[in-house]
Amino acid sequence: MSGTQIEIQLIAALVAVACAIPGTFLVLRKMAMISDAISHSILPGIVLGFFLTQDLNSPLLILLAALTGVITVILVEAIQRTGLVKEDTAIGLVFPALFSIGVILIARNANDVHLDIDAVLLGELAFAPFDRLLVGGSDWGPKSLWVIGTILTVTLTLLLLFFKELKLSTFDAGLAATLGFSPLILHYGLMTVSSVTVVGAFDAVGAVLVVALIIAPAATAYLLTDDLRKMLLLSCGFGVFAAIAGYWLANLLDASIAGSMSTVLGLLFFVVYLFAPGQGVLSSLFRERRQRLEVSLLVFLLHLQNHQEKRERHVNHLREHINWQEVRSRRVLDLARKNNLITIVDDVVDLTPKGQQFTDEALSYITTNKETAIEELKERFFLFRG
Amino acid sequence: MNNPAPSTRPPAIQIDDLTVAYNYKPVLWDIDLTIPEGVLMAIVGPNGAGKSTLIKSILGIIKPIAGSVQVFGKPYKKQVDKVAYVPQKGSVDWDFPTVALDVVMMGTYGGLGWIKRPGQKEKKRALEALEKVGMLSFRDRQISQLSGGQQQRIFLARALVQDAAIYLMDEPFQGVDATTERAIVNILKELRQSGKTLVVVHHDLQTVPEYFDWVTFLNVKSIASGPIRDIFNDDNLTKTYGINYKVATKG
Ligand SMILES: Nc1ncnc2c1ncn2[C@@H]1O[C@H](COP(=O)(O)OP(=O)(O)O)[C@@H](O)[C@H]1O
Ligand SMILES: [Mg+2]
Repeated sequence: MSGTQIEIQLIAALVAVACAIPGTFLVLRKMAMISDAISHSILPGIVLGFFLTQDLNSPLLILLAALTGVITVILVEAIQRTGLVKEDTAIGLVFPALFSIGVILIARNANDVHLDIDAVLLGELAFAPFDRLLVGGSDWGPKSLWVIGTILTVTLTLLLLFFKELKLSTFDAGLAATLGFSPLILHYGLMTVSSVTVVGAFDAVGAVLVVALIIAPAATAYLLTDDLRKMLLLSCGFGVFAAIAGYWLANLLDASIAGSMSTVLGLLFFVVYLFAPGQGVLSSLFRERRQRLEVSLLVFLLHLQNHQEKRERHVNHLREHINWQEVRSRRVLDLARKNNLITIVDDVVDLTPKGQQFTDEALSYITTNKETAIEELKERFFLFRG
Repeated sequence: MNNPAPSTRPPAIQIDDLTVAYNYKPVLWDIDLTIPEGVLMAIVGPNGAGKSTLIKSILGIIKPIAGSVQVFGKPYKKQVDKVAYVPQKGSVDWDFPTVALDVVMMGTYGGLGWIKRPGQKEKKRALEALEKVGMLSFRDRQISQLSGGQQQRIFLARALVQDAAIYLMDEPFQGVDATTERAIVNILKELRQSGKTLVVVHHDLQTVPEYFDWVTFLNVKSIASGPIRDIFNDDNLTKTYGINYKVATKG
C-alpha cells in the first residue's frame, strides 16, 4: 500500500466514524431524512464561504456552511409548525430551494469558483491526499485529515459528556424537559454537530455518501442490538468496514470510491436484514417454525396428561390420533425427549415429572395469563415470548 | 379521608387563568385550579378534553398563551425536583435500544444534573423502585419485550426514583390487567399516605370514588374540582361528558 492509499482509507474511516455517531441518534429520532436536507442545503453556505476564503478547508467556510445546515432545520420546523404540511413535505420544500440557490451561485461565478456540482455530490476522495497542510514549509499531512480529525474529536468529546442527556431526550423528550435538560438545546446541538460533520465530510466524500454514511450504519446496527452503547459501536464499525471495503472494491473495479462505499453500505444492510438474529428475516422464519412446533408439542403433552390408558399413549396411536404426518410427529417426539419431558418404553410414551410440571405451568399460564410464572419457560421456548 | 394542608402553606399546584392553544386553536380555556397538598386526585373528562395538555402545561412542556402555574408557590422551573411525571405510555418509542433498569435509572438524571453519570447509588435506588413495582426480575429485559402493564410499571418505577413531592400521571391504568391496576393503586395510596400529592388522569369513572379522594372535571374549561364526596355527582358528570350520567352518587 502506498502512503496515498493509506491516507485515503484513514480519511474515509474517520469520516465514517464522525458520521455514524450523530447518525445513530438521528435514526433513533426518526430524523434520518433531515441529514439529506442538510447535505444539500449547505451548498449556498459553502459557495459564500468559498468567496470569502478561497479555501474549501477553511474553518470559517465550515462554520458558515454548518450554519446554513442549522438554518435548514429551523426552516423545516417552522414550516412544519404551521400545521399545514408534514415533516417530509417541509424537508422537500426547503432543501431544493437552498440547493438551487447554491447551484445558481456556482454557475454565475463559474470563473471565480473552482467548484463543480459533480464534486459536491460525489466528492473527490481520491484527490484528498494531494491538498496538504503545510506549516512553515513542512508537510503535516492531508488537510481533510485534519479537518475531519478535529470534527471527530469534538463529536466524541460531546458524546462522552452528554451521552446521558442525548439518550434521555431521544427516548423521552417530555421527561428530559421536566428534569431540566432542555430537549431544544440538545436537538439543536445534535443538528449543529450533524451539520458540521456533513460540511467537513462532503469535500472528501460528497453529499450523497455523507447521507449514506449517516443513515446506513446506524440502521444496520439497530437490527442487531438492544443496547444504545453497542449500537453506537456497531455503527462506527460498520461505517469503517464499508469505508475500507468500499475503497478496495473501487480499486478492484476501477470505479468511483464514493459509489463503491455506498454499495458496500447497502449490501451490508441487506445481509444483516436477512441474517440478523432476532429481527432478521431468516430468524423470523425460523422462529415461526419453532413456535408452530412448540404448539404441537404442547398439544401432544396435554394429550398425554389427559390419557392414562396405554393404548392412547402408544407411539403409533398418537400418530393416528393427533393426525400428524410422520415427520411432524417425529420432530415433536424428538423435541420432547431432548427436553427430558417424556420417556418412551416399548413404544409407549410417558410424561416425566419434569414434563408433568412443564405441562401444568404452561396450562396455568395459558388459562390465567399470569406473566411472572413463565419467565423460565420463556428462556427455553419461543412459544411464550409472544 | 381528606385532610388538606393547613392554609398557611401554598397549595401544591395553583393554576390561574391558563389558556393553551395548538396552532392557535385553544384546547384549554381560562383554567383556574387549585390542587391542595396531599390529595390523591383524578382528572376526568372525555377524549380530547385537554387532560394531557393540562399536565404538560403544568410541567412547562407546552407554553401557554396566557395564565400562570405555580408549584408550592413558585414557578415550575424553580421546582423541577419536586415534580415527577408519568407520561402516557404511547408517548415514547418502546423500540428504543435500552433495558428496563436503564429506563428506571433515567428518573435519577434530574438529581444528577448535566454531564454527571449515574453510579452505584443511582443503580441501587432504581433496583429498589423496580422491586417495589414487582419488576425486579425484568431488569435486563429489552423494553419492547415487556407487556403493556409491565411498561406502565416501569414508568411508575421511574417516577418513584425521582422521589418527588408531586406526581403527575397520564392514564397509568391504560391497557393494564386487573392485577397491575391493583398494584398501581396500592402504590398510589402508599404515596399519598406518606404525604405526596398525586394528580392522575383517569378514564374509568366507576372506580373514581374507590381510588381517589379528590377530583377535577375537565372539558376544555375546568368544570368542577374538590373532594369526591362533595362534587362527584351526576350533575357534574353530565356537564363534563354532555350526556346524562348515572354512575356516581353512592360514596
Ligand atoms: N401536538 C398537538 N398538536 C395539535 N393538536 C393537539 C396536539 N396535542 C393535542 N392536540 C389536540 O388538543 C386537544 C386536547 O388533547 P389532549 O390534551 O391530548 O386531550 P386528552 O388527554 O384529554 O384526551 C385534542 O383536540 C387534540 O386533538
Ligand atoms: Mg391524553
